[in-house]
Amino acid sequence: MAGYLQTDALVKRFDGVAAVDNVSLTINKGEIFALLGSSGCGKSTLLRMLAGFEAPTSGRIMLAGSDIAAMPPYERPINMMFQSYALFPHLTVWDNIAFGLKRERMPKAQIAQRVDEMLDLVQLKEFAQRKPYQLSGGQQQRVALARSLAKKPQLLLLDEPLGALDKKLRERTQFELLNILESVGVTCVMVTHDQEEAMAMASRIAVMSRGRVLQVGTPKEIYEYPNCRFVADFIGTVNLWEGTLAVDAADRCEVKTANGLVSMGHGVSGSLDMACAVAIRPEKITISKIRPAVAVNLFTGTVKEIAYFGSYNTFIVEVPGGATVKILQANTSRYTSPVSACDITWNDAVFFWFDVTAPVVLTQ
Amino acid sequence: MKLLLNPGRRFVIGVPYVWLLLFFVLPFLILLRISVTDMGNSVDPFAPLIDTSGDAWRLMLEFKNYISIFSDRVDGPTIYVEAYKTSLKYAALTTLLCLVIGYPFAYFLARCQPSIRPVLLMLVMLPFWTSFLLRIAAWKGILADQGVLNNLLLWLGVIREPMVMLYTDVSMLVGMTYVYLPFMILPLYANLVKMDMRLLEAAHDLGASGLRAFWLITVPLSKAGIIAGCMLVFIPAVGEFVIPSLLGGAENIMIGRVVWDEMFSSNNWPRASALSVVMIVVILVPLALYYRFKDAAGKSA
Repeated sequence: MAGYLQTDALVKRFDGVAAVDNVSLTINKGEIFALLGSSGCGKSTLLRMLAGFEAPTSGRIMLAGSDIAAMPPYERPINMMFQSYALFPHLTVWDNIAFGLKRERMPKAQIAQRVDEMLDLVQLKEFAQRKPYQLSGGQQQRVALARSLAKKPQLLLLDEPLGALDKKLRERTQFELLNILESVGVTCVMVTHDQEEAMAMASRIAVMSRGRVLQVGTPKEIYEYPNCRFVADFIGTVNLWEGTLAVDAADRCEVKTANGLVSMGHGVSGSLDMACAVAIRPEKITISKIRPAVAVNLFTGTVKEIAYFGSYNTFIVEVPGGATVKILQANTSRYTSPVSACDITWNDAVFFWFDVTAPVVLTQ
Repeated sequence: MKLLLNPGRRFVIGVPYVWLLLFFVLPFLILLRISVTDMGNSVDPFAPLIDTSGDAWRLMLEFKNYISIFSDRVDGPTIYVEAYKTSLKYAALTTLLCLVIGYPFAYFLARCQPSIRPVLLMLVMLPFWTSFLLRIAAWKGILADQGVLNNLLLWLGVIREPMVMLYTDVSMLVGMTYVYLPFMILPLYANLVKMDMRLLEAAHDLGASGLRAFWLITVPLSKAGIIAGCMLVFIPAVGEFVIPSLLGGAENIMIGRVVWDEMFSSNNWPRASALSVVMIVVILVPLALYYRFKDAAGKSA
């Protein structure tokens, strides 16, 4: 099935350097799709091509079956919520929201009705006659959202929608924004460098690096089944152990690493002795001073660093050979007991282990 | 409101005030004083205003100079009123021409590559490096009957005989616009260069084409620059003396010329002062009202 929005081998070169390199994405109707990557990865250029501010060097952009790549931004049925909002400073909240509707030569009464609807949606009715500078950051963000939704766009673009807000406000706004977008049911493409923001808001995420899309998937897929070292490392924190494939069977495999043999409960498509990496998330590792009754994936080390974060502890454990492993343990109990992780202190000799389902083999 | 300022800040704020007091308010008061002296009685223009020689103190104010500005003749407005009107008209035309020419210029300057901006800005200011009188004299050479422009047009065959351009209101407007153009461009440029380009993108995104976005976003946002530029051109243009006398015709007497004549030909200082005071009022009162109105609008918005 063809997607609602599709980019076909989209390329954008600036002075010969590819900012967006052969990107083909399929985005479904009603979906919230996130482009995630660090700065300079091409996500913003891709978004600007969707909005029409940049012309693609080659490739097609199909929206609901028609190619819009050559269409100027003011003719596209696409609206954008800009980073730090770009509200018109000389216009009131009401006029900002009405700006797009007036361009459509909509009858006055209809404009008023639509603007009021939008003000209701973002709960800013009493601020209609204020100027943008008289609003708080969170209110400005809602005006920007209302303005971009007023024309009922077929596609809504969000450029770092929460980037200009401070951390505490961010979490609250995130859910507000999500509720509004879901109630409207608009298809969204958002750009963010903040993986938590992407994971909390998007139904699917494309991880980008150097102009290319490395992996597309649901937040869970991206986190639990990264397809390459970059994605595993970029999303969350991860322990990456380089090694070679030692055993490869249909339902299990083993990778020989400098820290020891790692067993996994899944097969890989590859040849023996090929170079690969094992990715293990810190929270999937258990740490204890007491030797557990497990046979595989059990390692020893010395605690070098402990960071107490309240809800969890982070341990940096040095293994024989000098490499360090990051381990995360939830503080489920308020009391210190000999078996709990809280009992562990600096320079303790510890055991740590993980299940055969925990690691992922990465070949790229 | 009680201001608690340390001596350093008081000094920094005080300096411009002292400057204005010494070189603006004081001369203006002297001008005001002279303007209420009676020329005919040969009264010393600097004699005390209050006569204490009689039984009661008498305030010696003579408004004849002001009255004569507005009612010298019964059959129509006085030459002074005519001169004010002419001055305001040509100053307004100069301002308009400067705005029409200067805005695209400043816009281009603000949007071109940052690397070539300093060069272009320097070109705008380059005329100041040559003597002002020399530049006006050069315009005479261009606009004269046998001047560069007429010769060129004759040679091109556009016209058959020389056009009379020099010593007309056209040549005066050309000269005034030429001289005052940088004063329009610079504040406009300073304003336009600061504009957030994403606002234009937002306007495009919401359905406004290039021209509409310019009218709806760029122009309103550059209002402060337009006002600053217009004032910098209009205010000195009203009192302009040199350009009209060098390039202008005999029929369009501007107020600067009249003040000059009263001062140096008729030696009538009180009337020259009264004319200057009226000119200041004519310019300042609308300005003050405008700012008053703007502040009030700003507060209620």
